[in-house]
Amino acid sequence: MAVDYATLKKGGFMRQKQKNNFSLRLRVVGGNLTAKQLAKIAEVSENYGDGYVHLTSRQSVEIPFVKLDDIEAVKDALAEGDVEPGVCGPRVRTITACQGQAICPSGCIDTYALAKELDDRYFAKELPHKFKFGITGCQNNCLKAEENDVGIKGGIKVSWKEDACIGCGVCVKACRQGAITLEDGKISVDNSKCNYCGRCYKACPTDAWDTIHGYIVSFGGLFGNSINKGETIIPFIENKEKLMEICDAALNFFAENAKPSERFKFTIDRVGREKFEQRILEVYNG
Amino acid sequence: MADFVIDDTVDITDVVCPTTFVKAKVALEELDEGQILSIKMNDGEPVQNVPRSIKEEGHKILKLIDNEDGTYDLIVEKVGD
Repeated sequence: MAVDYATLKKGGFMRQKQKNNFSLRLRVVGGNLTAKQLAKIAEVSENYGDGYVHLTSRQSVEIPFVKLDDIEAVKDALAEGDVEPGVCGPRVRTITACQGQAICPSGCIDTYALAKELDDRYFAKELPHKFKFGITGCQNNCLKAEENDVGIKGGIKVSWKEDACIGCGVCVKACRQGAITLEDGKISVDNSKCNYCGRCYKACPTDAWDTIHGYIVSFGGLFGNSINKGETIIPFIENKEKLMEICDAALNFFAENAKPSERFKFTIDRVGREKFEQRILEVYNG
Repeated sequence: MADFVIDDTVDITDVVCPTTFVKAKVALEELDEGQILSIKMNDGEPVQNVPRSIKEEGHKILKLIDNEDGTYDLIVEKVGD
């Protein structure tokens, strides 16, 4: 029987140099695995692999040296531990995320919840080429949002609450953009300098800021054979429904316009950045 | 403006992150609830980050004073034992 490598690859089975051996990529969302999943992965790697796993560059786990004949048995065994194969090839890939505001003091958004939502919405969606989402919780950018086809970065939009302010000046120093000044007990923010990092609010002793937690989205990032930093069209997206509509629009633009094996950046370049921006702005303003 | 009485002072200008915060934290531990510590720190990273770390520990920041010599005094009221 001929081996259907395309189908195997779709299911996360990466062909190895060693004949009839596959490195099985697993479905991981936002870089989190439960203890139960880890225990099962360890067991499967011992019983069907070479007793080790590889952590991929994008937060997935691969079990190398899985044999072709064992593929069904391996899938069944993994399912007992709530683990399933991941994806490779021309489709939406692992949604990566930092720990975000649920864990990290710097986080501005719940990155894991968002990764789950994107994974539910787009897992393995077929496209002309690979498509990567990455979510980082704040301007520290530990997850390197702009190297993804769509990068999402958490941010906080602030406005000063005069009545709660004690005029201590901590925010003036906490701001790394030089956007805040304190004069005669009054704070002013130069919005053209603000990068939504939220450090003023996080450092403020009296929480004298009204805040909106939102998203800074970049498009067309690449970090492989070609390197390109994803670019932002809308400075700050304030609500998640709008974010999802914009993600849908980006994926649809890619699905409609891309040639096979063409990454998002090159589709945008070929079709025209203005056209793409126009589409995104229509959705945003719609 | 000076509606507080400083009970103790600590100088963290001679150490770098993360020891800045550790030194401030140790000094706060020496105090009783409600007492006030003045923490002298350098401009740059210490004054960007130490106030927030003190806040996250649950203490109450009262004032940041610019000494205009490249250092700042952060006035903190201890909260909790």
